[in-house]
Amino acid sequence: MIRIENLQKSYAATKALDGIDLSVAAGELFAFLGPNGAGKTTTIRILTGLTRLGSGRALLNGHDIESDGIAAKRQCGLVPQHINLDSELTVLENLDIHGRLFGMEPARRRQKIEELLAYVELADRTRSLVKQLSGGLKRRLMIARALMHEPRILFLDEPTVGLDAAIRRRIWALVKRVQQDGTTIFLTTHYIEEAEFLAGRVAFIDQGRIVAIDQPHNLMARLGHWAIDQVNGEGMQTRYFPTREEATRFSAGQDCGFTLRRVNLEDAFLALTGKKVL
Amino acid sequence: MQGFIAVYLRELLILKYRFKRQLAGMAISPLLYLITFGYAMGDVIRFGGHSYLEFLIPGLVAMGSMTQAFAIATDINVARFYWNIFEEFQAAPISNLSYVAGEVLAGMTRALLAIVVILLLSLPFGVVLHYGPMFWLAVLLNCFVFASLAVALAMLVKSHADQSLLTNFIITPMAFLGGTFFPVEKLPEWAQTLLSFLPLTHASHAIRASSLGQPVQLVDYLVLVVAGAVFFWLALHSVNRARD
Repeated sequence: MIRIENLQKSYAATKALDGIDLSVAAGELFAFLGPNGAGKTTTIRILTGLTRLGSGRALLNGHDIESDGIAAKRQCGLVPQHINLDSELTVLENLDIHGRLFGMEPARRRQKIEELLAYVELADRTRSLVKQLSGGLKRRLMIARALMHEPRILFLDEPTVGLDAAIRRRIWALVKRVQQDGTTIFLTTHYIEEAEFLAGRVAFIDQGRIVAIDQPHNLMARLGHWAIDQVNGEGMQTRYFPTREEATRFSAGQDCGFTLRRVNLEDAFLALTGKKVL
Repeated sequence: MQGFIAVYLRELLILKYRFKRQLAGMAISPLLYLITFGYAMGDVIRFGGHSYLEFLIPGLVAMGSMTQAFAIATDINVARFYWNIFEEFQAAPISNLSYVAGEVLAGMTRALLAIVVILLLSLPFGVVLHYGPMFWLAVLLNCFVFASLAVALAMLVKSHADQSLLTNFIITPMAFLGGTFFPVEKLPEWAQTLLSFLPLTHASHAIRASSLGQPVQLVDYLVLVVAGAVFFWLALHSVNRARD
């Protein structure tokens, strides 16, 4: 469904992408996890035609993004990191223009707009100007817009950045629903819990290179399942244990404060790159 | 075709929401020019047997069609650098031709609206000119030239500030030197040669001659066609440059 081979991109002397190779299967929910500036957004921008490819090759449903760009664009929908709706137009007009850009017939556009606004729970805001919507509603509208032309692949670039926890959970539920309806989802995030909750597979990206790709529980299991954070004279130290019992046994002999918790993707990322995601 | 309609329709919808503000913006400069240059000095200066007002109004039409058609560049840049809406077009499966043609037509539409405003404003001043097919052809070509130039430059600039700089260096000097407020023929030979390279000089000639009922020079129309074609081609080939 998505195949990327040796993708490279440089800006002046800076290498934004340094040989990305990966493939994402149909119907998969794949997450790119990494700190700011790791190359997540650059990858999505290249795949969706917003940024020129440096070198390498990328195929979306078999269509090369460079030599067969128009067909490749028909395969995908994009929800960028920043709000890029036409704030002076209404909700309906934003969706209608998008449908026209993708060559949808009028009857299909009308039907799809009605269906999607109900899907993202914005049916009562059809005639509202976008500038009157809250940040969370705008995000939902952007997802609806990206789904308007029924793409087989949906790119979500930091879809919940800047949103509060409650709205973030609603967006996650929506993303899960979209995937369950058969859409392949390629998501970038620097929120650990977002990747853990949503993704079937996660790629860790750092300095333009993929350092690991696997299912979240496999990435975490490389360290163990339980962690103990201890603060001592050398700062905070974390130890990993395969079972809770072993972690508890270890902690019983400690005379300083500690926290027992489950291993998360942040631990796995830190162990592989030596740095935190956030 | 659908892509072209979508791009054009979006601009029309924005124009609809800003209609009153746009009309006021289109009216204020020509009204001031008509009052200060035309009404106050109209009886003092005469060119080729015509009052200054009769001379000025075609010049205002040429200038107005240029500035309003070129103003689409600002809208494109706001969409590109401020609202990021340009990404919606970049990610859509539409050709560069659809995008450029939609934006050029939007610029032309806005310019034609501004011309109607200028002609309506000139009515109370009692000036009767000829607005025949050659007048409208010259106006349309002028709009096409500057809307195409606007789209091309909007794709090439790297920031909104660059766009303002281009307007100051290209459009403002042309507005004053392109035969809008005075006859270019009054200038020295070398200056006339220099100004003959400006599309607006030819647009002013053609618009003035046709509206004053004088014989038009086909070379003016030919220059506008060639300039428009070159700028449109440049715009088509600049769209990919806007991808970073």
